[in-house]
Amino acid sequence: MFIPSQKSAPDLKGFTLIMPVVAVGNVGQLAVDLIISTFDMCRVGHIHTDCLIPMAGNNPYSTRKEDADGVHTAAEVYMSREIKLAVLQIRSPVIQKRTKKFRQVLVSWIKASSFSRTIVLSGSHAYQRDDRQLQGSPLRYLVTPSMLKLSEEALKELGWLEMEKVQTFPGLTDGAAEPRLYIPGGGITKGLYTDSCAEDLPLAVLLLFCSEGDNIPDAFTLINHLNSWLHLLDNPGEDQNKWKIPPSWTLMFGGGIPPALF
Amino acid sequence: MATFFGEVLSVYSRAVEEDDDDDEEEQDEEDQLILRELEDKRWVGTAGTAATGCATAQSLFMVGHSDLSCVLCAGFVSVYFLSHGGWDAVGHVSLWNERTVHSEDTTCVLHRHRESHQVLVCQVDCFVAEDQLFQWTEQVLGSLDASQVTVLSDCPAAEYQSPQPLGPDPCLRSLHTSAWSEPICCPPVELPNLVSGLPAAVVSFCQLHNISAAVYQCYSDARSADSTTMDMFRPVVARLAQDLKLDFSPDRDILRKFISQANVQSNLYI
Repeated sequence: MFIPSQKSAPDLKGFTLIMPVVAVGNVGQLAVDLIISTFDMCRVGHIHTDCLIPMAGNNPYSTRKEDADGVHTAAEVYMSREIKLAVLQIRSPVIQKRTKKFRQVLVSWIKASSFSRTIVLSGSHAYQRDDRQLQGSPLRYLVTPSMLKLSEEALKELGWLEMEKVQTFPGLTDGAAEPRLYIPGGGITKGLYTDSCAEDLPLAVLLLFCSEGDNIPDAFTLINHLNSWLHLLDNPGEDQNKWKIPPSWTLMFGGGIPPALF
Repeated sequence: MATFFGEVLSVYSRAVEEDDDDDEEEQDEEDQLILRELEDKRWVGTAGTAATGCATAQSLFMVGHSDLSCVLCAGFVSVYFLSHGGWDAVGHVSLWNERTVHSEDTTCVLHRHRESHQVLVCQVDCFVAEDQLFQWTEQVLGSLDASQVTVLSDCPAAEYQSPQPLGPDPCLRSLHTSAWSEPICCPPVELPNLVSGLPAAVVSFCQLHNISAAVYQCYSDARSADSTTMDMFRPVVARLAQDLKLDFSPDRDILRKFISQANVQSNLYI
């Protein structure tokens, strides 16, 4: 459930919600970090749930003493009233066997908050692309029917590719099996998307084919695609410096080498 | 995941499998029954004060048990607190998971100081699985009206990431909620480090419920409990000892017993 940081819950009606899914490369989460850091968004609450592995740390977006605001937890909600944007950041994996419950928690909260639209940032294994997906842009999108009504024109203009469906049994020519949606490495992306279709929520998924490794460039790719739709930043172009990297990204591949090692 | 230096790091927070909840619908009734029984067995049970609550604790010390064999925090509690007597066991929290099957430690005991009823110590000696952390915290902290919570925890120094490696000596780092107003006796946990496991579950609960709480994490290379590493936590309890006029000096006999137990296990080449 949502627990506000202040005494009263913020009014998020009509806001755009951007949220990540814990997926291959953590691309969605890295992209969300860039949004929160760049727009200096303030924390307005937490999602308190038994579905995520607990974690705690200091403020990942600032090291200044005056910005120390207690403990930061596994799922937090940030807000910017100026650009009518709400962001949910998820920092730890979903506990196995509780993925369905977590999707229900998210869908309930999205419905209760009355967001105008929800955008989910995710990833999928690059090595499981089929022949069609090996070429061209690694970005794919999915939209629920109610989101399509809101954004059809914009999506046509952007020229993005919709996530292709795959054969249930590749190679078999049995025409009875219908193609299905398959997002390998996408965590709860597919489930969240199908739940949102069933609940008639305006939701879009933006996902990037990527692999495990240094996924910072992938995060920038994803956020720049998102920006070309939402225009959060004016003309960032190829200049990645417009997006502010948070201090929590330091030492991502480990600390200094102990001198005694050699 | 390979780093710049070619070393391979194990990555944890990656979702590599698609939802497999659909498989649940395909399981037969017997499988579902077994899973439900397993789920019931993993339920965290409470008794005594932990179950009935009503205790108003000025300070509640909760001792996190690390994954390693090092029993640093448990040793600290035994040597510095419980050894002097004057503590009553007023409740316990019992749980079962795959790692407690072959262990005798399946219970976390709550001790209350006989004279100062305001001080509670929770000694966590067993492994709390990640799917039980939330429930454990809700059951214990949800039933106690704690005004201040202090968590002691230990962690291998190799897991601490900093531009310069930590020295050979153990060091203490802290993390506190926004409601915490007491002076902190050590530097904060620096980015990008974070706290996980039971200490994280407890301090997250406290942050959300506006409870004054702090985690003190000792980073050490010690493979077993020793007096130097245990002593790292002394500044944490020094102020409380002064306020409540309690004796927190280490009991030498119990300290010797802890250290000798650890040494026996390491005598491989006798």
